[in-house]
Amino acid sequence: MTEQVDTLSQIQVNDHHQAQKPLVETKALKKHFPIQRGLLRRVVGHVKAVDEVSFYVMEGETLGLVGESGCGKTTTGRCLLRAIMPTSGEIWFDDPKLGRVNIAELDREQLVQVRRNMRMIFQDPYASLNPRMTLLDIVGAPLKAMGIARGKELERRVAEMLELVGLRPEYMRRYPHAFSGGQRQRVGLARALAPHPKFLVCDEPVSALDVSVQAQILNLLQELQEEMGLTYLFVAHDLSVVAHISDRVAVMYVGKMVETAPTQELFLSPKHPYTEALMSAIPRPDPSPREKRILLRGEVASPANPPSGCYFHPRCNYVKDICRTKEPAFEEISPGHYAKCHRATELALSGVATLA
Amino acid sequence: MSGNEVIAEVKNLRTYFHVPEGVVRAVDGVDLVIKPGRTLGVVGESGCGKSVTALSLMRLVPSPGRIEGGEIIYYQSVRETSASSLSDIIDITRLKPNSREIRAIRGNHISMVFQEPMAAMLPVRTVGSQIMEAITLHQNVSHQEARERAIEMLARVNLPNPDRIVDNYPFQLSGGMRQRAVIAMALSCNPHLLIADEPTTALDVTTEAQILDLMRKLQADYNMAIMFITHNLGVIAEMADEVAVMYLGKVVEQTDIRSIFINPLHPYTQALLRSIPQLDDVMTRSGERRQLHTIKGMVPDPYTVLKGCPFHPRCPHFMSEVCDQVVPEVIEAEPDHIVRCHLYAPSPEEAQTRKEAML
Repeated sequence: MTEQVDTLSQIQVNDHHQAQKPLVETKALKKHFPIQRGLLRRVVGHVKAVDEVSFYVMEGETLGLVGESGCGKTTTGRCLLRAIMPTSGEIWFDDPKLGRVNIAELDREQLVQVRRNMRMIFQDPYASLNPRMTLLDIVGAPLKAMGIARGKELERRVAEMLELVGLRPEYMRRYPHAFSGGQRQRVGLARALAPHPKFLVCDEPVSALDVSVQAQILNLLQELQEEMGLTYLFVAHDLSVVAHISDRVAVMYVGKMVETAPTQELFLSPKHPYTEALMSAIPRPDPSPREKRILLRGEVASPANPPSGCYFHPRCNYVKDICRTKEPAFEEISPGHYAKCHRATELALSGVATLA
Repeated sequence: MSGNEVIAEVKNLRTYFHVPEGVVRAVDGVDLVIKPGRTLGVVGESGCGKSVTALSLMRLVPSPGRIEGGEIIYYQSVRETSASSLSDIIDITRLKPNSREIRAIRGNHISMVFQEPMAAMLPVRTVGSQIMEAITLHQNVSHQEARERAIEMLARVNLPNPDRIVDNYPFQLSGGMRQRAVIAMALSCNPHLLIADEPTTALDVTTEAQILDLMRKLQADYNMAIMFITHNLGVIAEMADEVAVMYLGKVVEQTDIRSIFINPLHPYTQALLRSIPQLDDVMTRSGERRQLHTIKGMVPDPYTVLKGCPFHPRCPHFMSEVCDQVVPEVIEAEPDHIVRCHLYAPSPEEAQTRKEAML
């Protein structure tokens, strides 16, 4: 516990001015789930939940990961922590103690060390907390398991964490049922932050919350990021929330990364037709009539049986012959702006229209 | 069509739940007016009573909930085809929850779409048989006619290959297709009022956009009234003609869609609108991150009965001795813009002149 940075102030000093270096980087990350049939559980196919996904998250930034249900965004988040084992590919993480390591190849012991520094918060604040454990048990669990603190020291750390997320330390002996959804999400956050991690995978952390509570949690996440120099992968489907919190945004479609760009650039000038359709579909709290929406035809393709060529071609409004046969490459269109579309450079797609 | 152009009217509705811990006043004096061809949006956070209001209209409030008072007037005369034995003006609160009268209304005159499309359909029966059940229950048609009508409905909600989907089970459809099928079921008897309780919350944005578009088209075709319940202010902005904002069992503000966004009067509405991330803000900011506005405190637990205005502990304009003592009355602060807040209470002299004007 001595090697581990112990107080928040130290973390601040260490991390504040180290931007511009990827903390997490994946290379051709794949997760295929087998489809089994019959008595002998014969493998008859694969669900390609995550298929050759490459991206990076810079130290201290928030990368928003968006896409529709079943596009593999949650699976991607889980693979990063090796909560599920990736099928293939590399996940590089800059661990303060081990240095730059490939998480996909770590042994058990190293994995425990790495997981001090990369943690996760979940969508459902009801399902993610054990109702039979007190807040002390819940928030203290990672500290105990990693041998960071025990006894009085554990209580002190838990109290500190609860205070950090805006809960009264006196609540430590209470059970989750005594708390509202927003408060429970704070408990989940305290648990994740207990070992003072560097990287947090936030899997839809506000989608189960009411708008006013959602605002509180989003503000808290931003405050903590600045205070502790945290790096976030923010998985969500609400594009307004993602736009608000992210520095860069990555868009997934049927297991593939289709576009990545800095937030404003992605929203104002998307380069992939799917991103354009997403932008157009965002319900805006503004009653003035707006120009016609781009409605997509058909349904999201199945990751077990994806279409040929570009996976988006059956629904795309700009489809050409090449799209049906050849899979486009994920290419850098302009500095920091990547898209996976044959026509990325020639199409003039519209982003969100602003009032300004 | 009747002259007053109103399909249903909710007057001072009170629905309480009697649980061992106390009485939960889920709906506590709600007034609403629903007009044909119009969409009334009902917004509020969880626990504000928006869903219980909807269930009260259908008389589907689960035990131990009970309608304690108020009226839900349904103007049946608005519907030209009054083949049933129903009288023209019905107070739904007076019907027994399992009476023949309410069952003749439910699913036929007033129909509902729920949030979870999987939970709204029986998994062990085909989509078609479930739609046909609704049709044969309310209309005197043969099996074959009902089946044809079911296929026609599935086609109306833009499902591909309706003659095949009619024989599919719900699990064979995707979330968006299932919600379309549920809408087809709800509309199979040409209801005059469709209650949609968070119909797109479980769906993805692109699917949500398709479903909202579909609902608008069907509304125009059938001249049906929609009561659209949601917590999403973006969806409300797109769907509603009028909006009622609810907080702790009461409608705190009600007006047309433009006024609610451009000129919100109640402090709760104002705070709610400020707390959502605005895309325009994000797109115009340079560098510096902005904090969202929050509403201080949280929704109190349902058993506490607050004195005065239910929003007073969280209100930025709290006036001591007034807000924590007196329940604010419904005030028409501006033409067709009502609000329940002491800030807009007329001064005693004004109140006097108004009273005189009314007499």
